[in-house]
Amino acid sequence: MIRLENVNKSFGDLKVLNDISITFESGKTNLIIGQSGSGKTVLLKSIIGLHDIDNGAIYYNDRNFTELNHKGKKEIRKEMGMVFQGGALFDSLNVEENVSFPLDMFSTMSEKEKNKRVAFCLDRVNIQNANHLFPAEISGGMQKRVAIARAIALNPKYLFCDEPNSGLDPVTAIVIDNLIQEITKEFNITTIINTHDMNSVMEIGEKILFINKGFKAWEGNKDQIFNTENQALNDFVFASDLFKNIKKST
Amino acid sequence: MNLFEHVGKFSRFLLLVLSKPEKGKLFFSQIVKEIHKLGINSIGIVVIISLFMGAVITLQTAYNMLNPLLPDYLVGYTTRESMLLEFSSTIVGLILAGKVGSNIASEIGSMRVTEQIDALEIMGINSANHLILPKIVAAIFINPFLYVLSVFVGILGGLSAGYLTGTVPVSEFIYGIQYGFIPYYITYSLIKTAVFAFIITAVPSYYGYYVKGGALEVGKASTKAVVNSSILILLANVILTQILLK
Repeated sequence: MIRLENVNKSFGDLKVLNDISITFESGKTNLIIGQSGSGKTVLLKSIIGLHDIDNGAIYYNDRNFTELNHKGKKEIRKEMGMVFQGGALFDSLNVEENVSFPLDMFSTMSEKEKNKRVAFCLDRVNIQNANHLFPAEISGGMQKRVAIARAIALNPKYLFCDEPNSGLDPVTAIVIDNLIQEITKEFNITTIINTHDMNSVMEIGEKILFINKGFKAWEGNKDQIFNTENQALNDFVFASDLFKNIKKST
Repeated sequence: MNLFEHVGKFSRFLLLVLSKPEKGKLFFSQIVKEIHKLGINSIGIVVIISLFMGAVITLQTAYNMLNPLLPDYLVGYTTRESMLLEFSSTIVGLILAGKVGSNIASEIGSMRVTEQIDALEIMGINSANHLILPKIVAAIFINPFLYVLSVFVGILGGLSAGYLTGTVPVSEFIYGIQYGFIPYYITYSLIKTAVFAFIITAVPSYYGYYVKGGALEVGKASTKAVVNSSILILLANVILTQILLK
């Protein structure tokens, strides 16, 4: 579980996050949605500690992340997995080495155990016969799947995904969404996904936080989103004719 | 950003870089990789440039010694002193600042803009230390070998040029390269080489590490890295020469 209490963040005079409070539950796919520039990436980066917040608190299972020293934060970071928008696989390492990297750094496993774990993670994301290929040699969808495999290599308690299906075709995007949801449930991970893909919202939005102009504008789930009275959320989610028609038909 | 801000930021950057590596075994394997990438892969360019520079120094010295009272062995002596004191340390340092420096700045800069450095940070890894310290250690270790290689190849180039053009007899050249030899000059140049190796790796890493934006900014950072590390090499050369040779 991750709990945010009155999180504020500014860059100079520009206030990007205003008093954001929410609890992200474990075993659920928690989505942060909002327009481009609404502050969702800043919020995600603040949660994982890539940005220092101005005030407020971020709790990881009752451990106040914002008050921890460098060593304490480092310990929590070992429990995190992150899937970046572009995958962020290490160019100089092949698929197998990328997945093995967190194990090499932090585990005390033998080579045999590491190989077994890497094989399990790659198998879990349906990557076969690509162990020795480099990131530049595989497709965008495969890169995302390898990134997920690397993120779960150390059995993380927290999984963060920044636009996991951006730049992917609709079929691959659904595969990635479903994979993240399955892994979240299977390992009881607290997963936070940053997205503006409405298909993801409708498919896996078990808990949704809508950010508008840096403020928490709405909180709910994919079923509640159809009946919301929130105008900004309606304008955002049902912007396309397709979704307007879906809403009318429900 | 002014000079003082850069100095402050660079100092903080060095504190991050020079901390204890996360895992010793992995650190040493990275050093070996970097020795290959930064050092072994530079042997070709160092050999070619040193060979031709040695030859040119010999020919220029020979053709400018018009006074018949000056002995022929001075050509060998001048070639040795030029290679030993300045060329193999400073000029090779400047060439490597271009080759290795741009490579490092663009490699680390690309890692920054594609969020690979963020990925390391999220894992709880000190990315500056993990990526940059092996490069610095590897360069400080391997560059003195490149220096020694450059001296030998340069003198060999001079000897060959003197022999092939008939400007200096081989025996005179060999006498010249042994004449008035001061072993301390090697120590002096090795110290310079080690300092330049640090500059060649640390400065481009700094520019690459803090790059913001995309491919265009990575290119700009790479240019800045080469220009500023070259200037710092020249500045360090003056300071070290004053300190070590006074």
